[in-house]
Amino acid sequence: MWRNLKRLAVAILALSVLVAPALAQEEIFIPMLVYRTGPYAPNGIPAANGFRDYLRLLNARDGGINGVKITWEECETQYNTKLGVECYEKLKNKGPKGAALVNPYSTGITYQLIPRAPIDKVPIHSMGYGQTAAADGRVFAWAFNFPTTYWSQASAFIKYVGEQEGGMDKLKGKRIALVYHNSPYGKEPIPTLTVLAEQYGYDLQLLAVDHPGQEQKATWLQIRRYRPHWVFMWGWGVMNQVAIKEAAAIRYPMDRFIGVWWSGSESDVVPAGKDAIGYKAGNFHGVGTDFDVHRDILKYVYNGNLAEAKANNFGEVLYNRGLVNAMYDTEAIRTAMRKYGNRAVGGEEVRWGFENLHLTEDYLKQIGFGGFVRPIKITCEDHEGNGPVFIQQWTGETWKQVSDWITPMREVVRPMIEKAALEYAKENNITPRNCAAEQ
Amino acid sequence: MIYRETGQFKTSYRRDQAIFPIAQDRWFVVAALGVAFVVVPLVANEYWLQAVLIPWLVFSIAAIGLNLLTGYAGQLSLGTGGFMAVGAYAVYKLTTAFPELNVIVVFLLAGLFAAGVGILFGLPSLRIKGLYLAVATLAAQFFLIWLFNRVPWFFNYNPSGTITMPPRTFLGVMVTGPEATATVRYLVALSFVVVFALLAKNLVRTNIGRTWMAIRDMDVAAEIIGIRPLTTKLSAFAVSSFYCGLAGALVFSLYLGSVETLAFDITVSFEVLFMIIIGGLGSILGSILGAGFIVLVPIFLTNVPRLFGIEVPVDLAKEVEAMVFGGLIVFFLIVEPLGLARLWQIAKEKLRRWPFPY
Repeated sequence: MWRNLKRLAVAILALSVLVAPALAQEEIFIPMLVYRTGPYAPNGIPAANGFRDYLRLLNARDGGINGVKITWEECETQYNTKLGVECYEKLKNKGPKGAALVNPYSTGITYQLIPRAPIDKVPIHSMGYGQTAAADGRVFAWAFNFPTTYWSQASAFIKYVGEQEGGMDKLKGKRIALVYHNSPYGKEPIPTLTVLAEQYGYDLQLLAVDHPGQEQKATWLQIRRYRPHWVFMWGWGVMNQVAIKEAAAIRYPMDRFIGVWWSGSESDVVPAGKDAIGYKAGNFHGVGTDFDVHRDILKYVYNGNLAEAKANNFGEVLYNRGLVNAMYDTEAIRTAMRKYGNRAVGGEEVRWGFENLHLTEDYLKQIGFGGFVRPIKITCEDHEGNGPVFIQQWTGETWKQVSDWITPMREVVRPMIEKAALEYAKENNITPRNCAAEQ
Repeated sequence: MIYRETGQFKTSYRRDQAIFPIAQDRWFVVAALGVAFVVVPLVANEYWLQAVLIPWLVFSIAAIGLNLLTGYAGQLSLGTGGFMAVGAYAVYKLTTAFPELNVIVVFLLAGLFAAGVGILFGLPSLRIKGLYLAVATLAAQFFLIWLFNRVPWFFNYNPSGTITMPPRTFLGVMVTGPEATATVRYLVALSFVVVFALLAKNLVRTNIGRTWMAIRDMDVAAEIIGIRPLTTKLSAFAVSSFYCGLAGALVFSLYLGSVETLAFDITVSFEVLFMIIIGGLGSILGSILGAGFIVLVPIFLTNVPRLFGIEVPVDLAKEVEAMVFGGLIVFFLIVEPLGLARLWQIAKEKLRRWPFPY
């Protein structure tokens, strides 16, 4: 046995010195941190497929970004921070220019990567998740969380509820419960909801659900006692479907139950069956497949084979989110190319691209995203774009947009972001940038 | 042939009681340390240091800690993750409250905090034994994680509940924070492992360690020959928790840089327990080998297909990895139930007779 082990050891050593074949010079490398296994896989798979399909589309239809091919490599994180860090370390230096950017796809991993980004020169795009304070670009030069943040979304929810109740003044004395995943992600909206509670006089009850969230009987018993007028949910993975089932079990009216945009996909409502009808969730991009980009994907990526596309979650909410994410990222790269030329751009250049990203209504229409997302402009100070949110509702078969685009309460959210960012800067010895001087 | 102690006479008790009484062992250890301290920092890239070696080192300390408690003193514990969390949060609170305090001192103080908490949760061990004690320590795990999740004071009222290690220097070199190089962090972790492994090795050879083993082997008999269960068990809990707390402090400040309580959840406790079972109960070397096995093998398995140039979908690779990893654990436990440390010992015995085995 020892001889065999020795041989094995030699083989391992020999293999570990083999270097991966170098990529061609003119290629942009995008690392993909995905979770196709583990408790969050039902959410991770469609998002990863959407992201991948958009990159495939660009390569097939346009030959990449402005003619520069895109390559990517997936790495499985299981939504686990330690694995995520391992993946990031493995992929950050791949490709001729290193990773162009990284999408952590987990709030925990985002927190890990934010301090490393300025050192490694890899910009982070945590689209609608991660550290909300990163919206202040003066402190978080390398992190972007546009098109909108949890705090903006929380304020949009309150606005929506106010509208439904017939005016913001009607919020006084209302009871709102927040059911949240007991993690940095789930805790994100609490400061905003607390501040708004003081402002509008509603009562807020916080109910934490521990990872992974399969056991929520006690939580919903508390809700039954508290009898809230509205329930918000910041859930993820299996927690969402369990919450919807539990809500149905206590006969809570579904149309007064609103989930975050990570709690509003097919995999969250389908397992709950008929009970889920009427459940609402936030969103920041179009639902369904009625957009030009979908037609192109069907044509160029799946050769018109709808069944195969559907097997890859084509058109699901989280698939669309992956699409949008890939679109923002590749448009940031395109923006960077405008300044640095049509070649493989590195992390530092892509960071500039993110910071100067400006997508107009017309341009979005040109690239097939007309009506799919709202126009956006990122600046040095504002890495959020303060994008609006809408509410969608589950009809039993599809998600349907039921509200207009709601503009978040920027006047409330932005000062909070700046305060949190300054605190972070102080704790970590960061000197905020002077944006006026950089222009 | 090469591994013979012939001619090496022990002429004093001191030499007879040395940790490595055989000269070849001493040379081997010196060479291994030389490789670890000099060669590895020179040749290893950031991925190896950051994603492979640093976690191995910090989890080695946790495994040594649990091995002192479970392997030497016979008290089964599932609270490792909780004690590690105490260390991590203690580092955070201490270093944010007293930024000028030396970071190495902060690590040691964090260990002391964990030791205090360990004594507290070790109290039930005076009444309950074996698996029942495991359940009691499980309470420690859940209570501590709950505490750090719910009481905002522990994470300085930061909205997300994540703690981030601020940059700190030692002897003018950045050891924590994003600007500390992986090499520096590796060397700090390695130094801690060397010092504390040596301490542990010596501790188990003192009267304290011997009372632990006496309690482990038969507590009634130990009590009759005059060993006080109270001090013995609680000292085992204290020392073990000190090590776990230190490991948690290092996981937080050297390895991850920012953590949430999920980084110390129940799966960590199980992982550390597997480390010492696979490495070998009642062996310091086994703790380090076991930590290596649990940390390195999954990473190795994930990268195997790629090394051969085979493109496997990541999800399939992960499932295969889980299956192979489980299979390997079963295989090793069947081949050598006493763990990797025992395999090492057998190898040494074989080597003594090589090339003329009988």
